[in-house]
Amino acid sequence: MTTMTIAKAINEGLRAALTDNPKSLLMGEDIGALGGVYRVTDGLIGEFGPDRVVDTPLAESGIIGTAIGLALRGYTPVCEIQFDGFVFPGFNQITTQLAKIHARSNGNLTVPVVVRIPYGGGIGSIEHHSESPEALFAHTAGLRIITPSNPHDAYWMIQQAVQCQDPVIVFEPKRRYWLKGEVDVAAPGPAEDPFKAHVLRAGTEATIVAYGPLVPVALAAANAAEEDGHSLEVIDLRSISPIDFDTVTASVQKTGRLIVAHEAPTFGGIGGEIAARISERAFHSLEAPVIRVGGFHMPYPVAKVEEDYLPDIDRILEALDRALSY
Amino acid sequence: MGTHLPSTEFDGTAVDDQREADAEAVMGEPPAQMVQLLGPDGKLGFDPVFTDYASKLTPEVLRGLYADMAAIRRFDVEATALQRQGELALWVPLTGQEAAQIGSGRASQPQDYIFPTYREHGVALTRNVDLAELLRQFRGVSNGGWNPKDTNFHLYTLVLAAQTLHAVGYAMGIQRDQKLAASGAAGSGASAAGPDAAVIAYFGDGASSEGDVHESMVFASSYNAPVVFFCQNNHWAISVPTAVQTRVPLSNRAKGYGFPGIRVDGNDVIAVHAVTEWALEHARQGKGPVLIEAFTYRVGAHTTADDPTKYREAAEEEAWRAKDPLARLEKYLRSEGMADEAFFAKVKADGDELAAYIRRTTHDLETPDIRTAFANTYAEAHPLVAEELAWFEEYSAGFAGEEPAEEPARQAVSAQASPKAGH
Ligand SMILES: Cc1ncc(C[n+]2csc(CCOP(=O)(O)OP(=O)(O)O)c2C)c(N)n1
Repeated sequence: MTTMTIAKAINEGLRAALTDNPKSLLMGEDIGALGGVYRVTDGLIGEFGPDRVVDTPLAESGIIGTAIGLALRGYTPVCEIQFDGFVFPGFNQITTQLAKIHARSNGNLTVPVVVRIPYGGGIGSIEHHSESPEALFAHTAGLRIITPSNPHDAYWMIQQAVQCQDPVIVFEPKRRYWLKGEVDVAAPGPAEDPFKAHVLRAGTEATIVAYGPLVPVALAAANAAEEDGHSLEVIDLRSISPIDFDTVTASVQKTGRLIVAHEAPTFGGIGGEIAARISERAFHSLEAPVIRVGGFHMPYPVAKVEEDYLPDIDRILEALDRALSY
Repeated sequence: MGTHLPSTEFDGTAVDDQREADAEAVMGEPPAQMVQLLGPDGKLGFDPVFTDYASKLTPEVLRGLYADMAAIRRFDVEATALQRQGELALWVPLTGQEAAQIGSGRASQPQDYIFPTYREHGVALTRNVDLAELLRQFRGVSNGGWNPKDTNFHLYTLVLAAQTLHAVGYAMGIQRDQKLAASGAAGSGASAAGPDAAVIAYFGDGASSEGDVHESMVFASSYNAPVVFFCQNNHWAISVPTAVQTRVPLSNRAKGYGFPGIRVDGNDVIAVHAVTEWALEHARQGKGPVLIEAFTYRVGAHTTADDPTKYREAAEEEAWRAKDPLARLEKYLRSEGMADEAFFAKVKADGDELAAYIRRTTHDLETPDIRTAFANTYAEAHPLVAEELAWFEEYSAGFAGEEPAEEPARQAVSAQASPKAGH
């Protein structure tokens, strides 16, 4: 076991992936000498050279589109998109091409491209640097979407993404890049399957499902609720597409109440999908409607008021109050 | 025979040649075919086309250009300090690019509409944008800060290159206005007597790689739109040198779209002014788009979150400091007796006053209420927004009477990680 930050864990995971698979390569803006604007690729160009760690022209469509071509030629490109709000020039390539090539080729072609996107707010940043666009991608079949919430998962999930034959989008919770934790570099342990949710805390009265940046918030809310005498179960979803509904269903069958929390706007978000599925699967276990806690239906607001926008402990506890009142 | 074959100009060595040439240009002499009127030595040269434009600049105008460049540099220093003191979330410095911005901005006329990226503080100054308002975005209290309709200076855009298409569309609108006005269509909103207008779209050498720039040039060319593309080639897109974006001078690209491309010394305010004035005239006269590549240099960091020592040599920066746009105009003004000590002292005093004003007003830039975000998401009433706002009011009311400070549990979480990096 060694202790490291999420940023460092991804860095080490990428190093391992580049070492294990000589046909893997990194592509992105400023990922070379600078090591990426978040320094996630720090030092890798020195070790692997500019053919494996490619500073690309400033063109997201170009990055994703050429990665697709490289993948068709047998390579495994790992693309870095600098910020959530800048993925959209590449959105066309991701949704109309990357997601569909396997299906369109009747399964004959695979495009194992990984797209890393730092996402979410809470860092006092300016416009387009704090968004959570995961639902826009999750709605597209053919993509897999994961989001680690701790260094151990980050280290393993990035490597699993590189090994996956499908395109994988890795949403990296940027406000947790500096979150430290233990990483077992010898074995993934429970992190073996990146598409499986983890029950982080057992409880009996309600379940909170969260992912990425909100996992620590959900845990803190559960701790606060415990002080008030309530027992909450906390699930780290880890995979947004596919979603491990079995783990969530089993938990709700036990607790009878479900709160889903994410930073992205509630409307049309992943929380709605979870609420609908759980109503279908565990209707008779539910003691209360599934309650969603999320961002508002507005463009991500300016930094000085983002505290009012971001779901926090209080917002989750308020949802808990509502769930318990049924 | 052989006429269709690519010439050696395009064999595999071209990219290396371009990188070498750029490296030379960075370290030493500017490349050939670059319009330059005022050299680093402060002496005025001759250009068959643009000297005519330069000779129209009166001593008063030249002093004004100097004063503007000095003011915006002083502003840049102040904003950088404010960021270091935690008053701004981020700052995007422009030092080194004053001539490119002031020269082009001053060449525009009030009826021209400007689409900036995010570094065009100098252009903003020439368009009479209150520089304190410019800081709203970087303080995190607004995603804009000024009303573009007041100054014909559009909002900053952080998604690189997106505005180049808006600029072309706006220019197509000007063309339609002109046709409507000529046809005397009633209620067209076009003023028949209004002067012809053009549009300037600013973008960087990095942004030139984005697909939107290509598409904007295609549209501009297809419809002969009155737009001037103004690329500030400051040699770096964060850590990536221009050679990764292009293997020919960026100005050459215009040829492929079928309109003129001009490379100008971006540290020579007189040449930039002349070239931009020519290009705007060209556009306003219905002759179509122009691409200007201002060959300049970002002397400082990309933003206050950036560390240039990770990717470039200090010697490069030093070489460019020797081409400083302010120093060379000062030399010229002094040697021609167009400005005396009192003038330069006044410019300095005005700069300090501007800095004090900026410092004072930055503290007062109001933090909005999130209710304004609910109000501004749509132009018309929207039921979901109303529902969420109602929830928010009820939820907030639940805290009435409580300490406004965060609760301990909440603090514990938000304190866990507050990364400061990026951009
Ligand atoms: C579409 C998009 N991708 C990435 C970014 C992140 N980013 C911000 S500035 C920058 C470099 C821009 O370089 P250039 O266009 O040369 O302009 P400069 O900042 O040097 O003036 C990058 C990559 C962005 N803002 N927008």
